[in-house]
Amino acid sequence: MANDHIDITVEPGEVHALLGENGAGKSTLMNQLYGLLQPDEGEILVDGEAKVFRSPRDAISAGIGMVHQHFMLVPVFTVAENIALGAEETRGGPLGWLDRRRNRRDVLETSKRYGLPVDPDALVENLPVGAQQRVEIVKALTRDVDLLILDEPTAVLTPQETDELLSVMRSLAETGKSIVFITHKLREVKAIADRITVIRRGRTVGTATPDTSEDELAALMVGRDVSLEVTKTPADPGREVLKVSGLVVDDDRGVRVVDGVDLVVRSGEVLGIAGVQGNGQTELVEAIMGLRLARAGKVELEDADLAGRSTKQVLGAGVGYIPEDRSLDGVVKDFTVAENLVLDLYDREPFGSGLKLNLKAIADSAAERVSQFDIRTPSPQSTVGTLSGGNQQKVVVAREMSRPLKLLIASQPTRGVDVGSIEFIHNQIIHERDVGTAVLVVSSELDEVVGLADRIAVMYRGRILATVSPDMPREEIGLLMAGITGDTQEEDSE
Amino acid sequence: MTTEAPAAPPEKEKAKEEKEESFLGLFLHNLWSANTVTVTILSIFLALVIGAVLIVVSDSAVLSTFSYFTARPSDALTGSWDLISRAYADLFKGAIFDPAAIQALFNGTGDWKTALNPLSETLTYAAPLVFTGLSVALAFRGGLFNIGGQGQAVIGCITAGVAGFAIGLPAGLHLVVALAAGLIGGALWGFLPGLLKARTGAHEVITTIMLNYTATLFLGWLILQNGIRDPERTDAISKTVDSSAILPAMPAPLRVHLGIVLAVIVTAGVAWLINRSSFGFELRAVGVNQNAAKTAGMSVAKTYTMLMVVAGGLAGLGGAVQVLGTADKLTGQVAGNIGFDGLLVALLGRNKPWGTLFAAILYGALRAGGNLMQVDVGISLELVTVLQALIVIFIAAPALVKAIFQLRDARSARLGTSMAKGW
Repeated sequence: MANDHIDITVEPGEVHALLGENGAGKSTLMNQLYGLLQPDEGEILVDGEAKVFRSPRDAISAGIGMVHQHFMLVPVFTVAENIALGAEETRGGPLGWLDRRRNRRDVLETSKRYGLPVDPDALVENLPVGAQQRVEIVKALTRDVDLLILDEPTAVLTPQETDELLSVMRSLAETGKSIVFITHKLREVKAIADRITVIRRGRTVGTATPDTSEDELAALMVGRDVSLEVTKTPADPGREVLKVSGLVVDDDRGVRVVDGVDLVVRSGEVLGIAGVQGNGQTELVEAIMGLRLARAGKVELEDADLAGRSTKQVLGAGVGYIPEDRSLDGVVKDFTVAENLVLDLYDREPFGSGLKLNLKAIADSAAERVSQFDIRTPSPQSTVGTLSGGNQQKVVVAREMSRPLKLLIASQPTRGVDVGSIEFIHNQIIHERDVGTAVLVVSSELDEVVGLADRIAVMYRGRILATVSPDMPREEIGLLMAGITGDTQEEDSE
Repeated sequence: MTTEAPAAPPEKEKAKEEKEESFLGLFLHNLWSANTVTVTILSIFLALVIGAVLIVVSDSAVLSTFSYFTARPSDALTGSWDLISRAYADLFKGAIFDPAAIQALFNGTGDWKTALNPLSETLTYAAPLVFTGLSVALAFRGGLFNIGGQGQAVIGCITAGVAGFAIGLPAGLHLVVALAAGLIGGALWGFLPGLLKARTGAHEVITTIMLNYTATLFLGWLILQNGIRDPERTDAISKTVDSSAILPAMPAPLRVHLGIVLAVIVTAGVAWLINRSSFGFELRAVGVNQNAAKTAGMSVAKTYTMLMVVAGGLAGLGGAVQVLGTADKLTGQVAGNIGFDGLLVALLGRNKPWGTLFAAILYGALRAGGNLMQVDVGISLELVTVLQALIVIFIAAPALVKAIFQLRDARSARLGTSMAKGW
């Protein structure tokens, strides 16, 4: 049972946040409102009138629109075409010509009315994620909905795009639209919501106002007290483990995205790389891992040159790697938990020798990791795709931290991960630091970098602008992330 | 036997999770998420039902009784029933056993060879299909569509056949060498598209199809050449494989040979390779998530190349078994359709080694039974091909089968479609 007698009321012009961990039943609830699932019990009232939604079409005609977490757009269509899709304007009856001009005009009109700039002629595949989301919102608004459901809308956005979205939500609410905002990010909830409903394990566990503190909200969500702060002792940096000098990397299109990066990570410290997504962090890490060819520069791991090494060799040299896109690069969803736990160790003792896999050793080690890393799975033989995001990420973390490491690279280690798991993963990273591993954390969430790092390198347009202390005021780091450097902010730690 | 975990997470969970699925991924997912055993059996049943209609329609005598159906329905009904039951009884008798022959055996008037002949025929047809089926299934697990089983099998026929008559070796050793020649020939023919895929990204479907033509035409040319062609014959046929290189068979007229035993051993080997070897781990990982495999340090290019080599080798071995067991000479059609049938066998076997073995035996049985059906009732052997095709169509559309039989999953399958449509 994903929803157990939930009551929720949304007023006109209200931003109502639905807060809960991954798997708490938020999406299930909203899928019922949107006609994708039918409730077994209970009813839905729109303006006091009971409605039965058999399909999204019913929901839309009752004035309910939804923007899904993963966009439902056709990449090769233009914005206007995508928006028209399913409600095409035609001339000469339902089988007549497509009225592209009218579609285009409708799009422009809606976009202007709500202050949501979209280019109707742009191809969706060429738009950044934030703009694609705007298209989804405009698409819902052209259907004249009164209630807009946004399912985890900020999960894929950069901080700037998130801010933009929040102001859009605010202005939509001011025009009288109601918004249900599904999320597990407390900061955003506090910033935007008029009312908050917290869901845990399919039940409403409380309602709150934005004045409620983040710690209280987190406790409601998780069902116990959680610490949002990362507790750690001062670092004790030792020898230089990773040394990157003059690294230049191009992306797939041949555009220079890492443009002469120098950095050093010492044993027993966490170097955080802060920066807005898309400033070369991804390519920097991929170049270190041997997943992408560097144009110039040097990567050394304890004086051994990593240039030209395959990913296997880099991993074998004692590097642990938590990739930023868990479902694409981190896990094989069709594989079992046990198999995913040895995804990069399967051919090493004791898991494999020669051509043979030692299934018993794999199963035994999996059982151990599952309990050690608190991976919530029915069994180590369950497929990873059936686990929640947080538990999938724990599988990756467990895999990478279950062998002796010299260097750990964690990219977006807690993206799409529930609060309870975030705490756990952060503690594991700090634990790894404390045993003397050099740790490189890359995150577009400034909170995370500030919480974990002992030193912060701010990356902007392929360069490290400055390396600063995490005690530096957040606003100043934010300015650096936007590429604004002042002379006083430079604090070279070398 | 197969140690894979049941790869069937709840459908809607999946639909939500998957961000973007390739056509292949979606196809594989649909293939595996179905309740395999039930759907397979129901598919065969449905195919037989449609086959029954075709049998009636194709028989003009029975069909004419339908013209006065309202006046005397019994004529049409009994006529149809007789025809269908005789046809399917023949299918059974030709493929498994003939009760009359068994009866005769017990009475002491028959002979055990006659009683065993249907099974022998079934297994004779099945043996090469096991290898080509495994070839396709293995490649599929690694995310490759090996359409080139036919070409690889043809090359396997050629190398095994030529090794069988061109070199003189003691019995036993000669057989091993000839089989190995088939294996290596097929492996080389698989290596080419594998290498092209790994190095240049050339799609294996295109390259393997082209290599199918190349192999078949090469065979046609080769059997006309001096040294290959049988000098005592005027038609396009090669010399006969030395008896020292022939797969040992049961006494005549039984045709079943050691190839089927080899097929079972190789099936076990492939099952081990997929589920219990590091190469299998790599190929499965590459097959379902190339990016994660790459990130975990696996070499996708190397895996693709190796995979095509092994898949080609399997198909080549199938060709070798065909020449050294069933045919004993090279002709233009020596490989028949074993490569393409291998595709269907792999589909029917859901790309699992043991499933493929059973699917190949089913195909062999349909073929063997079809022969008798043609001789006895006069129903064209093509009907068997139609049956085989229908089975595969139903298997490839599990949602259809589930909807027809109102299986429980059908509801969530419909939900899946509506979710994908979105607005």
